[in-house]
Amino acid sequence: MSWWETMRSGFDAILGHRLRSGLTVLGILIGIAAVILTVGLGEGATAQVNSAINSLGTNLLIVSPGSSSTGLVRGGFGTASTLTYANALALGNKRDCPDVAAVAPQVQTGGNLVAGTTNWSTQVIGSTPNWLQVRGRSMAIGSFFTASQVKTDANVVVLGSTTAQELGLFNPVGQTIEVGTVPFTVIGVLKSAGTSSSSTNQDDMAVVPVTTAQELLTGTPTVSNIYLEATSASTMGAAGTEVTDELLALHGITDPANQDFTITSQTSLVQTASSVNSALTFLLAGIAAISLLVGGIGVMNIMLVSVTERVREIGLRKALGATPAMVRRQFLVEASVLGLTGGIGGAALGLVAAVVVPHFVSNQIAISVPATLGSVAVAMVIGVVFGVYPASRAARLAPIEALRSE
Amino acid sequence: MSSDGCSSPSGPRAAVGDRVVPGPGRAPAGTRQPLVRFDSVWKTYRTGAEPVHALRGVSVSVMPGEYISIIGPSGSGKSTFMHILGCLDTPTSGRYSLAGTDVSSMGEVELAEVRNRRIGFVFQQFHLLARLSAWRNVELPLIYAGVPRHERRVRAMAALEQVGLANRVEHRPNQLSGGQQQRVAVARALVTEPDLLLADEPTGNLDSRSSADVLAMLDELHRSGRTIVLITHEPDVAQAAERVKRFRDGRFIDDGGEGR
Ligand SMILES: Nc1ncnc2c1ncn2[C@@H]1O[C@H](COP(=O)(O)OP(=O)(O)OP(=O)(O)O)[C@@H](O)[C@H]1O
Ligand SMILES: [Mg+2]
Repeated sequence: MSWWETMRSGFDAILGHRLRSGLTVLGILIGIAAVILTVGLGEGATAQVNSAINSLGTNLLIVSPGSSSTGLVRGGFGTASTLTYANALALGNKRDCPDVAAVAPQVQTGGNLVAGTTNWSTQVIGSTPNWLQVRGRSMAIGSFFTASQVKTDANVVVLGSTTAQELGLFNPVGQTIEVGTVPFTVIGVLKSAGTSSSSTNQDDMAVVPVTTAQELLTGTPTVSNIYLEATSASTMGAAGTEVTDELLALHGITDPANQDFTITSQTSLVQTASSVNSALTFLLAGIAAISLLVGGIGVMNIMLVSVTERVREIGLRKALGATPAMVRRQFLVEASVLGLTGGIGGAALGLVAAVVVPHFVSNQIAISVPATLGSVAVAMVIGVVFGVYPASRAARLAPIEALRSE
Repeated sequence: MSSDGCSSPSGPRAAVGDRVVPGPGRAPAGTRQPLVRFDSVWKTYRTGAEPVHALRGVSVSVMPGEYISIIGPSGSGKSTFMHILGCLDTPTSGRYSLAGTDVSSMGEVELAEVRNRRIGFVFQQFHLLARLSAWRNVELPLIYAGVPRHERRVRAMAALEQVGLANRVEHRPNQLSGGQQQRVAVARALVTEPDLLLADEPTGNLDSRSSADVLAMLDELHRSGRTIVLITHEPDVAQAAERVKRFRDGRFIDDGGEGR
């Protein structure tokens, strides 16, 4: 008996009981759709949280002066700074800190900006061209200053969008403003950072080369802090260790307890977010898996009913020469067709829901190809696994007993 | 798998295949190899407290081409005999050889093959599959014999033509009369060209007219050389065969006289 014959007789049997087969398939279908949706929801939520954290500057490490172990007050946080621009340059060395992608020192001070007759007080930041990347910012118009402008202490300034507005500069690039009393040329305006969780307005600032800031505005070689970007979320820990080691060496500190700087990161935030997420996904996927299991038991139940109901048919087929293996195969094929139909239907339903549902709720639902293919395969396997018992029961039936039953 | 439906573990096929029409004046039994040979076959059911001896030492031979009817009261063990004869069941003790091969010790798979190749069944309850059309029902044994699709259809059609149902091939069992259903069952039994045709009360569910039809068909098959064993409890029906054997309490009680 060929596979084709077996398949055909399986389909015949299923089509012979449309409603019953349909309900069985529905059980599998709902289970598969639920799995696809929950995995999609989990992945979607992870993506959403990750992008939110990324907008704050994920993979970000911030080195601040002062020790955290004795509180932020010791030595006056940020006043007796031990961090220098030279430190920042050293941290940018790929050999010592391979997991650091970019370094941006930050000199932070207040300043009074004057454009023509308009005055505006804001924070003035001195940094390097990496600042854009590290802080996750981009330019709206004009350009950011270059490394050579940093080298030459150029008097150039990039303004936040709010700052440019407050100064009444609607076509700011190329104009000259005064920072403190020193004239600077405006070379660009930052794109708005949008809403920010930070209490300071990310759109109200003036950014100048770090060297210029140190020379003209603060007059010290120190920096307020150093922003670092790790190569990826997973290397943040390694990057932190490298930076700690490097700074301890640079500062000539042998006992890490005397560390004169603090590294804070958003690793913990990412970790918390992803652990909450995966716990939720796990829970939902568990519920979905249970519903799949119930669907599988439905297949088994229907197959057992089918075997009982068709005892005479089985007896007849055996009388006509069907071997136990042929009978077993027939019922297994039937069960896997039920499973597979449910799997394909469930995948279709899940994918449609993944596209449609996000229009009505705020959640994103990711469409995962491996999860989809996997669950169709699982559905088929469920059909086979839960079909094995009924099929071997059918195969074991003695032909006369089967023929005699009414 | 060969598609003639008749190849077998052993090769005494020629004795059956020559299709000599055995008449009343044929050679006496013993000069040719019997198709069926039972040697003190017992069948005991141990389902209840008391063991039931359905067969108590049945010894019988059936020659190729013979048409035998077995008559006996209800519960005498006729069906049990036929189930063993048809390799649907195995004896508790004793020996049964079919065409020279001992089948009493065969396993399930071998028995399935013997049923498929050598035996055709006609049951009292027809046992047609309700979901399948007439020709698909007839085709069933050929599927298990591994006959290719196209050939199956041709042979099923020919068998249905032989039983006079050429114009009903696409009908389902519930669209056929009882007599027609039994004729479909006969077509299914003969489509594999089996050595042995077994009919257990084939007319039990039919009116006298359909019964006559079916019996006429068996007669014609007999004349074309088939070996037939017919079980019944109606003397009229038993007379259709050339030899009538009486069955009582699990064994044959006489050697039967010639029928007709
Ligand atoms: N599976 C079984 N388990 C126990 N006893 C059985 C079984 N099958 C048959 N018997 C017993 O064996 C005996 C013979 O039964 P069988 O069916 O062969 O009779 P029969 O001659 O065909 O009768 P009928 O003419 O009514 O069909 C009966 O007493 C029956 O009860
Ligand atoms: Mg009976």
